[in-house]
Amino acid sequence: MSKGSFLNASIGRKFLMSITGLFLIMFLMVHMSINLLLIFDDSGDLYNIAAHFMATNPLIKIMEPILALGFVIHIAWSLIITYQNMKARPVNYAKTEQGINSAWASRNMLILGAMLFIYMGIHLANFWWKMKFAGDPLLEHITVKGVEMENAYALVSELFKNSVIFSIVYILGGWLLGLHISHGFWSAFQTIGLNNQIWRKRLFIVAKVIGWIFTIGFGIIPIYFMIKF
Amino acid sequence: MADITLNKIYVKVWRQNSPKDSGRFETYEVENISQGSSFLEMLDILNDNLIREGKDPIAFDHDCREGICGMCSLYVNGRAHGPDRDITTCQLHMRKFKEGETITIEPWRAGAFPVIKDLIVDRTAFEKIQQAGGFVSVNTGGVPDGNAIPISKVDADEAMDAAACIGCGACVATCKNSSAMLFVAAKVSQFAKLPQGKVEGARRAKAMVAKMDELGFGGCTNTGACELECPKAISISHIARLNREYLVAKLAD
Repeated sequence: MSKGSFLNASIGRKFLMSITGLFLIMFLMVHMSINLLLIFDDSGDLYNIAAHFMATNPLIKIMEPILALGFVIHIAWSLIITYQNMKARPVNYAKTEQGINSAWASRNMLILGAMLFIYMGIHLANFWWKMKFAGDPLLEHITVKGVEMENAYALVSELFKNSVIFSIVYILGGWLLGLHISHGFWSAFQTIGLNNQIWRKRLFIVAKVIGWIFTIGFGIIPIYFMIKF
Repeated sequence: MADITLNKIYVKVWRQNSPKDSGRFETYEVENISQGSSFLEMLDILNDNLIREGKDPIAFDHDCREGICGMCSLYVNGRAHGPDRDITTCQLHMRKFKEGETITIEPWRAGAFPVIKDLIVDRTAFEKIQQAGGFVSVNTGGVPDGNAIPISKVDADEAMDAAACIGCGACVATCKNSSAMLFVAAKVSQFAKLPQGKVEGARRAKAMVAKMDELGFGGCTNTGACELECPKAISISHIARLNREYLVAKLAD
């Protein structure tokens, strides 16, 4: 059979969702680790060096379009899959009690994903767009250890210091991400077939833990700046 | 101990004359129902009343009434096979309901399970999936001596757990995507762990999944609802095995 038929099969489509999802989780792990430098060095040097490295390293340059592709596939296929799944039940139930047999997050991955998509738009406009294209007075170049670089720390920290609304948006974003991943992580392993009676309990716990790590890891940064400054 | 009697309950039930009919809900009053009676007995009493009134009785599937044939269905009060765990509708009892309660009864809802009449749906789609590969076609010869084919207890148990599937369709009915993955997983898994079934494992997984997709069932999003509503509590671990069998088979193509 052709490769096309695999990607059109229900399991093939979900396979794509799983591997792109796991890939995005790996990216977010790196992203969060670097972000956490924000709260471990108030001079901002650590974060600026890391941001400068990420902006200039050739390997990262190669990964950027692959990352974008990962997002595009994950989002596009989620829409295709959801459309197919909705089509499978033309007449809905008048009364359902789905809350008894399944978790809310597992049933509403598309809604969580859509909210994260909006969040991502805000997030990219706040930082990525300014760093890459538009520029910002706060980004004025500084010299850390003899290397000239943008002051990314100033851009990020000023946003959280000055805006309670944006801080709350970022805390909520981390929470939504945690919910999304608490189902997505173990679900990805299930879809790839790397699961059984013993591992499902383990993966389920690991997924919850990773979900909370993202919720707390991303959420603590705006909280830190709101409280300390 | 005498059973408590429900003096009056209301049954809100889906009525549909034919597959083409758009259908509607109708509510009936039923009086003097013992909580010791089964849910289907309550429907029998209601149908008896309807026949005496010269009305069309409610059509619903049932056969053995002891939870093994897989004929009964019904989405009762928002749950496949009603508000209890690990049972079929025929094993549901009226003690699960309260005095004066309105009980909502709907047919299985899935594009692949079209309504024939009232609460009866056409589950031929499951037969078609089975016919696509849910069998062993190699000649296994005569009955082998006991212990001639060593199979570990763990494997035998897992195959037997999967083989407990009665094909009732509760997994499809309860799944938010009307996915038949638990059914297909059970039918693939019951063979995948045994030497006689392994021979055709790759072909079986591919053929059954292809048929499932063709018939318009949705995809699995791992909510786990099917496992909890399955009257035989078939584990979604079998779905992981189906995914594994299918992906490995596809990789080999």
